[in-house]
Amino acid sequence: MSKLWFGLISLGLLFSFINKSPETVTNVLFFETEKSVELILNLIPVMAFWTGLMRIVEKTNILNKLSTSLKPMVRYLFKDVQHDVKAVNAILMTLAANMLGIGNSATAFGIKAMQEMQKSNANKKTATNAMCMFLIINVSSIQLIPLNIIKLRAASGSSAPSEIMVPTLIVTAFSTMIALIFAKYYERKEL
Amino acid sequence: MNISDLILPLLIAAILFYAVSKGVDVYSAFVEGAIDGARSALKIFPYILAIIFAINLFIQSGAEAFIVGILEPVTLFAGFPAELLSLSIVKPLSGGGSLGVFQTILDNYGADSYIGRCASVIMGSSETIFYTTAVYFGSVGISDYRYTIKTGLLSHAATIFAALAVCRLMF
Repeated sequence: MSKLWFGLISLGLLFSFINKSPETVTNVLFFETEKSVELILNLIPVMAFWTGLMRIVEKTNILNKLSTSLKPMVRYLFKDVQHDVKAVNAILMTLAANMLGIGNSATAFGIKAMQEMQKSNANKKTATNAMCMFLIINVSSIQLIPLNIIKLRAASGSSAPSEIMVPTLIVTAFSTMIALIFAKYYERKEL
Repeated sequence: MNISDLILPLLIAAILFYAVSKGVDVYSAFVEGAIDGARSALKIFPYILAIIFAINLFIQSGAEAFIVGILEPVTLFAGFPAELLSLSIVKPLSGGGSLGVFQTILDNYGADSYIGRCASVIMGSSETIFYTTAVYFGSVGISDYRYTIKTGLLSHAATIFAALAVCRLMF
């Protein structure tokens, strides 16, 4: 990540000079970084709300039953944490929230899932197989109904704004499958 | 009313009623969990700041446009619509940035064109890989992501080619 971050910034600095607009750097620093505060401010209440509700759920002990019923899939994908009820539950909640397209809630569950997986991680600086798998599934996008996109299409005068739903589902399923295959491949290769 | 508008109220009601029926002290459990959540949200702030600065600088300085310019002749030769190249590069980097590119495509080509449909499918089936990875791993202090980004980008490439093929076949 260090290399990537350094690379993006170096290229950015270089091109702001080449294009004779060093003020871009100042603008990004003062105006764009404000958005990070906005993001966090939006995230705090949603995240606090869901972790609050999840604490309630944990106290009912229903999670033990839920994770047993999904065991085969979880055992295959998230081997390292398959017996960790809290981690498995947070993982499932994140994936469900992502499928339903409730983005901020998905982030809240996702961070919770990472914290639970980190507890049983022997090397705290290096990602476990389960963490990599979790991230890879998340970034391959598993959203079922792309509401934002449909809204934008409708706003720009499409005659059938939701006609892209089925193609999107097919493409998402395909790319997630590719993601799973490569994740499993690298998992074995790096052992 | 959307079906998706029903999911949250039903979920919240189900959790609360079930917990009360099991004798859980819902209010104290909620507050206890909420404090943890607020703390974690604050903890990821520096990671969000770091990634937003780097990505915006990369896009706004013209570095991204330069890379698109280099790749354009190659991808055109391969039959890949040039208009989608910028979207394909920006989408893994920035959610806000890709919305801007997407809107430009809709404005210039129309939502019901081949390009417009492809762009819609790409938008709906890909994620902001770098941002999500930085935030999730950052929240627990992991610095070695191993093969995560590599695999995410492979899946992104699969998304783009599948989107082109599916839109060609289905419409």
